[in-house]
Amino acid sequence: MLRYLIQRVLVMVPTLLIISFLIFVIIQAPPGDFLETTLAELQSRGENMDQNQIENLRAVYGLDQPFHIQYLRWLFGQWDGFDYVKGGLIFGDLGYSFEYNQPVADVVGDRLALTVIVSIASILFVWAVSFPIAVYSATHQYSLFDYIFTFVGYIGLATPSFLIALVMLYFANIWFGTSIGGLMDAAYVGQPWSAAKFWSIMEHMWVPVLVIGLPGTAGMIRRLRANLLDELNKQYVTTGRAKGLPPLKLLVRYPLRISLNPFIADIGSLLPELISGSVIVSVVMSLPITGPMLLSALRSQDMYLAGSFLMFMAFLTVIGVFISDILLALLDPRIRLGAGAEK
Amino acid sequence: MTDLGNTSGNPGGLPHYVNPAPFDPYAIDRPNPALEKIYMASQWRMMWLRFRRHRVAIASGIVLLAMYAAILCVEILAPYGQHSRDVDHIYAPPQEVHWFHDGAFVGPFVYSLDYQLDMEDLQRIYTEDTSDPRPLRFLCQGDSYRFWGLIEGNFHLVCPPDAETPLYLLGSDRLGRDMLSRILYGMRISLTIGLFGVTVSFALGIIFGGLAGYYGGWVDDLLQRTIEVLRSIPHLPLWLALAAILPVHWSPMLVFFGITIILGLIDWTGLARAVRSRLLSLREEDFCVAAQLMGAKPSRIIFRHLMPSFMSHLIASATLAIPGMILGETALSFLGLGIRPPITSWGVLLNEAQDINVVALYPWLMLPIVPVIVVVLAFNFLGDGLRDAADPYR
Repeated sequence: MLRYLIQRVLVMVPTLLIISFLIFVIIQAPPGDFLETTLAELQSRGENMDQNQIENLRAVYGLDQPFHIQYLRWLFGQWDGFDYVKGGLIFGDLGYSFEYNQPVADVVGDRLALTVIVSIASILFVWAVSFPIAVYSATHQYSLFDYIFTFVGYIGLATPSFLIALVMLYFANIWFGTSIGGLMDAAYVGQPWSAAKFWSIMEHMWVPVLVIGLPGTAGMIRRLRANLLDELNKQYVTTGRAKGLPPLKLLVRYPLRISLNPFIADIGSLLPELISGSVIVSVVMSLPITGPMLLSALRSQDMYLAGSFLMFMAFLTVIGVFISDILLALLDPRIRLGAGAEK
Repeated sequence: MTDLGNTSGNPGGLPHYVNPAPFDPYAIDRPNPALEKIYMASQWRMMWLRFRRHRVAIASGIVLLAMYAAILCVEILAPYGQHSRDVDHIYAPPQEVHWFHDGAFVGPFVYSLDYQLDMEDLQRIYTEDTSDPRPLRFLCQGDSYRFWGLIEGNFHLVCPPDAETPLYLLGSDRLGRDMLSRILYGMRISLTIGLFGVTVSFALGIIFGGLAGYYGGWVDDLLQRTIEVLRSIPHLPLWLALAAILPVHWSPMLVFFGITIILGLIDWTGLARAVRSRLLSLREEDFCVAAQLMGAKPSRIIFRHLMPSFMSHLIASATLAIPGMILGETALSFLGLGIRPPITSWGVLLNEAQDINVVALYPWLMLPIVPVIVVVLAFNFLGDGLRDAADPYR
């Protein structure tokens, strides 16, 4: 088990390196840089900047350096002459946001923590809802409710989440008379964390979590139902039934346990899906998580800010997959033994 | 004693009946003609027979065929031009087509619209003038257009009754443009972007998946890792970042192709995996080994034996990949980083329905979502049917 753990951690490092390189290429790719964009904006307003000042800024931000230097600086910090200045992503230094004129870490504030909270809540929601429904659908195949759940599931898969978000906003406004946009009461925005703030977030969170989790729930129900059906048609189930095992025990003892595997294994595909969904839903519902700020950072070429968000989202999924692999190995001896046998 | 060999010679024994009809000992092995037809049917015919049983898939296929046929002649089907504005009818709600006026049958007609401004809500309120029925015109001359951007024309299937009376079956938007016409024009872009995008990812998937499956070894390992990395990054943020690269000064047409390629670039991983795993498993199949032992050349094995059992699965996977592309384009355009006006897609239309006011005041602006849902569902059902039919020998 320890060997498996170490092996998984070692795989994660190159994965994150490749992802960081990809992301840096992407945020570097737009022609021009933030200073040029700002300069063009200033000039269109009839103002101008001193040429020396521009060169100065460029040197300070390292924008005059070649590509690989910029990348290494972003990742590992920089050498100032002969002195190593600690910094870079590996030390948690996210760089400098040009647009806000602040370190990225100060700009994003609570957003990253809130993104993690919303993502975890969405996963829990997906599990809590899809598990009983899938078990019911599989054990009552072709019943009325099976058809209803399947139909609703298809609709959930096909409807873009931003539309569901809009409609939910509207109806929550009509039914409850409150605006549910945002993730907490206006009074708590920018305040330090407290029990009251946490409670307020919990109160506001159910709508976004519902909207973000819906497509994932639909997919999860489909997969779990199919898996459980496969398992229920196997011979050992028939044998158990023939020997007179009570139906509930027959279901819970083996088929359910085996079909739980994809439940955990699917975090790897569920998490990217949920984060994708949260980007667009958070724009519509103006949630204070990564989505809206990522969008504006991409528009204004605020590269370190955008890069930090992208990197953070990728990091979140990689960690999620890591956790799901570990859980899976704990749950299923075939996997951890299989990995050991390969060595 | 009873000696079996001796019964014929014993006239006093049991009567022995012998059927005089000719006896064919192989009759039991020979299938009846109807079954034989199925046994001898080609692979593609078997697939069709299997596919035909999937009613929902057939219906979805027909719906999609009809839609793709419709994008060929959008200009004629749409009652208005793509950009025709009507300043007198801004945010007009959907009109109802009536058939009877004062109890008498008139045929399809609409009433003209009067509006006044509600100064309290600053909302335009349209009322039907029910005294004067205006019959619709069919096969008529209306807004002029360039058919596929080439041929001048002004022929429409259905036109508004006259210059003052509009025909907004699905309402109009903030510039007084007809929603129905714009949804039809948007269909052309949204449906083609799915096809183009899937073509890009299909090509990439076959190349990379084929390489991995054919060479195996470190090539396979490298590609597998790359695919894992790509899949672990959430798609939408990546799409957004790539779409932000497209230069602002590009023409909308170039942006359209750029978005298509971006959608395909991220989505090939699933197809590549399908190709690879299929190749690996098919290589070991009996019929393939048999062909090899008989001395068939690699090209013959690939094209005669591998390709057919391979293509069907790929087509099914590709069909299931299209809805993701269409939803991706819709999301990108909705956020304003996708296709840019004047090119109209469903996502561009939905971009106008971004805030809660629209839901409250002008809900018909959200109508483009209906075809999105229909198309996505249809592709899903069709893909499911194809996937079930792809392996008819199971």
